[in-house]
Amino acid sequence: MSTRVAESPASLADPDELALGLPESYLSAGGTLGSWLTSTDHKRIAILYALSVTLFFFIGGAAATLVRLELFTPQADLVGADTYNKLFTLHGVIMVWFFLIPSIPTTFGNFLLPLMIGARDLAFPKLNLASWYLNVIGGLITATAVLAGGIDTGWTFYVPYSTTFSNTAVTIGVLGVFVSGFSTIATGVNFIATTHLLRAPGMTWFRLPLFVWAMYTTSIIFVLATPVLALTIILVVAERSLGLPIFDPAKGGDPILFQHLFWFYSHPAVYIMLLPGMGIVSEVITCFARRRIFGYDFMVYALVAIAVIGFFTWGHHMFTSGMSPYAALIFSFLSFVVAVPSAIKVFNWTATLYRGQVGFESPMLYVLGYIGLFTVGGLTGLFLASIPIDVHVQDTYFVVAHFHYIMVGATVSAYFAGLHFWWPKFTGRMYPETWAKFAAVLMFFGFNLTFFPQFIAGYLGMPRRYHVYPPEFQVWNVLSSSGAAVLAAAYLMPLGYLTWSLFFGARAVNDPWNASGLEWRTTSPPPRVNFFGRPAVLAKPYNYHPEGAAPLHDEPRIPSQGSLT
Amino acid sequence: MTDPAIATEAPLHAEFLREPWDGLGLPQEEALSYQRFGATFGIWIFIASEVLFFGALFLFYAAVRAEHAEAFATAARETNIVYGTLNTAILLTSGLSAAAASLASEHVPLRRLTQWCLVATATLGLAFLAVKGMEYRDDIAEHLVPGRGFKLPEPSAQLFFGFYWLSTGIHGVHLTVGIGLVARLIWIGWRHPERLPGNPQVEVTMLYWGFVDMVWLFLYPALYLVGRPG
Repeated sequence: MSTRVAESPASLADPDELALGLPESYLSAGGTLGSWLTSTDHKRIAILYALSVTLFFFIGGAAATLVRLELFTPQADLVGADTYNKLFTLHGVIMVWFFLIPSIPTTFGNFLLPLMIGARDLAFPKLNLASWYLNVIGGLITATAVLAGGIDTGWTFYVPYSTTFSNTAVTIGVLGVFVSGFSTIATGVNFIATTHLLRAPGMTWFRLPLFVWAMYTTSIIFVLATPVLALTIILVVAERSLGLPIFDPAKGGDPILFQHLFWFYSHPAVYIMLLPGMGIVSEVITCFARRRIFGYDFMVYALVAIAVIGFFTWGHHMFTSGMSPYAALIFSFLSFVVAVPSAIKVFNWTATLYRGQVGFESPMLYVLGYIGLFTVGGLTGLFLASIPIDVHVQDTYFVVAHFHYIMVGATVSAYFAGLHFWWPKFTGRMYPETWAKFAAVLMFFGFNLTFFPQFIAGYLGMPRRYHVYPPEFQVWNVLSSSGAAVLAAAYLMPLGYLTWSLFFGARAVNDPWNASGLEWRTTSPPPRVNFFGRPAVLAKPYNYHPEGAAPLHDEPRIPSQGSLT
Repeated sequence: MTDPAIATEAPLHAEFLREPWDGLGLPQEEALSYQRFGATFGIWIFIASEVLFFGALFLFYAAVRAEHAEAFATAARETNIVYGTLNTAILLTSGLSAAAASLASEHVPLRRLTQWCLVATATLGLAFLAVKGMEYRDDIAEHLVPGRGFKLPEPSAQLFFGFYWLSTGIHGVHLTVGIGLVARLIWIGWRHPERLPGNPQVEVTMLYWGFVDMVWLFLYPALYLVGRPG
């Protein structure tokens, strides 16, 4: 298999340019709208998902922008209390269920999982297409709830407010989430079956790239956690719309039971958002440090451990909701335990850099930002896992800042890292590297400016979900809202230059970063059947240097051809 | 899609082979059995997902019953044990015909048996729904719908019937989906008899059917046998 790809004409993807007899790429196999909407090609479905996920990201972002604008001053000047409640609910619901949870698995996972294991497609291609329709239908149903007046319960839909008291479109909103849940279950079933059954010859479990392991462990959470949310939603709808007594305390029902059921899904859901990003980081950091991953086996065990232990920590969301001290102690302990594999991953990524030939191309900048933000988010998670501190900062901006560091700082950075890293493979085009580097740095600074002040405001006692606040918190909110403006610019920039690159970017070669993964051993963009012939795998992943010997320091680093543009 | 040249060689099976299982470089028989394995593997993962779905429902039941044991026993005595037991027998029998259909579908000479077992399965499923409908009618007549005018005075007895209506409703939806899937197989076997033997969809559908049966085996004691000792 070819590794060092120069400016070889054979690596060009478009058969119209050079008649080399290469199969046409997945992009040029039919250009009509119908050919896209009925395609069972995992790569085309990934593009469909990328479009819908991007749309939802900017809807959720628009709601966040309005929230931050309102919080610029202590008074209510832009929106009233009701509208504010509906805005942060819209932001949370859209971002959690229609961006963060599907984003990386359904775009990068769909596109790359078969390529990385040397398969032609996912195990059940029609199910894959159906999952996209379910996702979009779910999103449209939830969007209908916004048109029907919005939802004011917050993304957590806590009862009895959501079942008995709220006068807003809760039922429609949660039904949209319910439908989209089927989409993620379908994706999970597909990924698990594909990873088990369709690996290329020689691709053993411990030769899988860590991104595949991340998809596999995420899929297990998809399959085992999402149904619990589905049932919880049915319970809410049954009480709210059918009038059956479920959680109503007047009939002896138990509202805390709702919280247990909800967080049994929603805490593992945090790992649905986190694990895929960890997979991307492992792919990118090895490539741009020209280094094998440090401690491959333990990176795998850490992913599995996070997925498993993540199922048993849900109670830490409920320390102040009424729970026995004994149960709180157990949940606190388990929350500390889940930090161990997370820390192993951070240490191993850092150790991967050691004696590597580190470059600072844009995907690597995003990844280095990821490691910093994930570390801050993870460590503040330990603060919250210890009961006394949690009781002090519960329902304050400290919690808001913590989970944004994990879910936005870490995961969205990883999303953009992956987007830049695999953009040449997805589209066959190179993007302008200088702009990308600028956006990566801007995103890091904008993010910290937005969310670090929230740690301080929260620690000083500013509660979440209020649109007016005492004037002494204004300085932190002004900092945060200014940061949000920077962050918005950093999110909009890739939309501009990546779209530009689709039309004017330089042609990408097969392997512009000299990466080691199987997904680079085909044309950019790949043909419908992914590979020419049937790939076989002969070695462990991240084969950037001979095993047991680091690259020599005076050895010149193989230049990444992506930097040339 | 399947190569038409191969399809003429073995018209019985080639059309079952789907993307991407046709591109594994395996001989056709092996590719088919591998695809069949993949399909059952997939439905088992889905069943694992369903176990958690109903697991959450039974968790709700267990938690509320632990808090209101007396009221649950009182309320459960109001359920119609005749209809409930009759439905248990109907559904277990349908499990037998479903298992027989699944095994018979692997043999070409047993095509007719497969078809009849499928018909029996769907009919028993419909019979279950019919009995359930009669039971619902009696329940409504006896004011067992939570809300104003509920038969029992204890408020928490309404929680039991909240669970009763919800769980039997969800189970009924699952069963209806199952009947639809079986009806689809019957239609395939009627219009294209050659497509029934060896069709991996029979086993997949019947695994799902078996799961829905299994849920009822847990619902039956939870709904009908509580508070009726001895």
